[in-house]
Amino acid sequence: MARAVLGLGLLATACGKRDVGDTVTATGSSTIAPVVADAAKRYEKLHPGVRIEVQTGGSSRGIGDATTGVADLGLVSRVLKDEEKDNLTAHLLAADGVCVVLHKNNPVNQLDKQQLIDIYTKKVTNWKEFGGDDATIVVANKAEGRSTLEIFLHFLGLDNADVQADVVVGENLHVINSVVSNPNTIGYVSIGTASAEEKTGTPIKLVTTEGVVPTLESVRDGSFPITRPLNIVTDAKTSPVAQAFLDYLMSTEINDIVEKHFFVPVR
Amino acid sequence: MTSSRNTSLSRFVDRVTEGVLGLLALVSGGIVLLIVWHLFSGAWPAIEEGRLGSFFTDAKWQPGSQRDPQFGVVTMLAGSFLVTLLAVALALPVGLATAIFHRFYAPAFLERWNRRMMELLIGVPAVVFGFWGLMVIVPLIVRFAPETSGQSLLAGGIVLALMILPLIALTSQAALQSVPDAQMQAAAGLGLGRARTIWSVALPAARGGISTGVLLSLARAVGETMAVVLVCGNIPQMPGGLLDPIRPITSTIALEMGYATASHKALLFCAALVLVLFTALFVGWLSFRKNEVDPGTGGA
Repeated sequence: MARAVLGLGLLATACGKRDVGDTVTATGSSTIAPVVADAAKRYEKLHPGVRIEVQTGGSSRGIGDATTGVADLGLVSRVLKDEEKDNLTAHLLAADGVCVVLHKNNPVNQLDKQQLIDIYTKKVTNWKEFGGDDATIVVANKAEGRSTLEIFLHFLGLDNADVQADVVVGENLHVINSVVSNPNTIGYVSIGTASAEEKTGTPIKLVTTEGVVPTLESVRDGSFPITRPLNIVTDAKTSPVAQAFLDYLMSTEINDIVEKHFFVPVR
Repeated sequence: MTSSRNTSLSRFVDRVTEGVLGLLALVSGGIVLLIVWHLFSGAWPAIEEGRLGSFFTDAKWQPGSQRDPQFGVVTMLAGSFLVTLLAVALALPVGLATAIFHRFYAPAFLERWNRRMMELLIGVPAVVFGFWGLMVIVPLIVRFAPETSGQSLLAGGIVLALMILPLIALTSQAALQSVPDAQMQAAAGLGLGRARTIWSVALPAARGGISTGVLLSLARAVGETMAVVLVCGNIPQMPGGLLDPIRPITSTIALEMGYATASHKALLFCAALVLVLFTALFVGWLSFRKNEVDPGTGGA
């Protein structure tokens, strides 16, 4: 039986590898995956015979899979680290921002970098310090490994060990649910997610940071302070099929898809 | 067709049936070994590096910290077991009461209807329970404790209790139903009232079956992931009270596995292995005690 299981495993690995027919595999960031999946659907219609597989698992997986060749394209929602640039090339797909979200009924509308540092390290624990209600601040943080966490902490200049959180969550939507269930909660999510939720009537608001309102426009013109690139990464051995799909992703053809997901097109 | 051919054919069918059944049974039992082996090989890099020590001595779990990475699993192990025990403590009395009502008091139509509802409850996906807990139970807790997120040991215990309640109720009811009528009638013949008969005759006789149900639900609760990750708050700390957030091991794996790289991943495999081993020890100890106390009625 062990041999049968091994056989299955090899088969699965073989299917995941490149060079099997006209299949393109893209894995990585769950922020980018929905955009690429939508673009893939359209591309498959335009090019019958090409199959594109998109899987999530986080930016770290995108880096890993692109390096080992398990995936043709890695999805990475952050800037590449220096050692990653040795083997991989980043292609900018779109831009995204990370913004602070509060409940709609919270009187606070603006929080600057130092205030956010004080909140996330529990130096300040009551909303009245910032002109809000006399209520304890409930701090929501992201789980280890999420690039939203890395980008937010990098902006604040904090190590995750400094953060004193009351609740740790994984998904953007769970952050928003936490803010909805306790209006004294502060959290941070992708601007794309926050805008989409606010538009559908979820009682949240996007908080002005360093005097800049988080919008697609302020991300586009670079004035919003917490932004991140949404990258597609490749190694030196990109197959022609994968290269063709990458060219499609890098064209203006998919701008409407990028905007539909509340990200900022870069072309 | 002669009768001897008939016999040898049926013997052959018997053989084949026995072989197929045996093979399937061994596969179902063997799966667990396969999983443990997989966990062990995933965890091996961390064990080889001698990280297991810090696993039990580090106070915190902060694998992503640059300045002070720590890999303590004790708080998460405590989280897993506290939330499980709380769930069983909440679900057992209600489940038993339901079973007793169904078996001895409820009119047939009500018993049937209510039992169907509980069977439906078993089929509700964990993520739905978790989401419902986040939208209903958590805000309720926030109303009483506005300085917390409401995502807490208590919220986790309540949601898990609802998930295992039908399991406990239905297995207890089956155990009560298998108590021979003769015993019940004998008790009634001695002039015992119905409540007294249930308490002194039916429940002790059904104890084996009931505790099997409890064991199953313990194992179910300790392994639950999707529901607890949504309502427990996920702070890896020793909870000081019911309203404090906890981080069960399963939550950690769900939150971090997809994002973990090499050595962090091996440590998550270690955590899974530790959870499986502790659960096995715990369940093993409980069923050992059960058989010791109660050698006759092994239940399932």
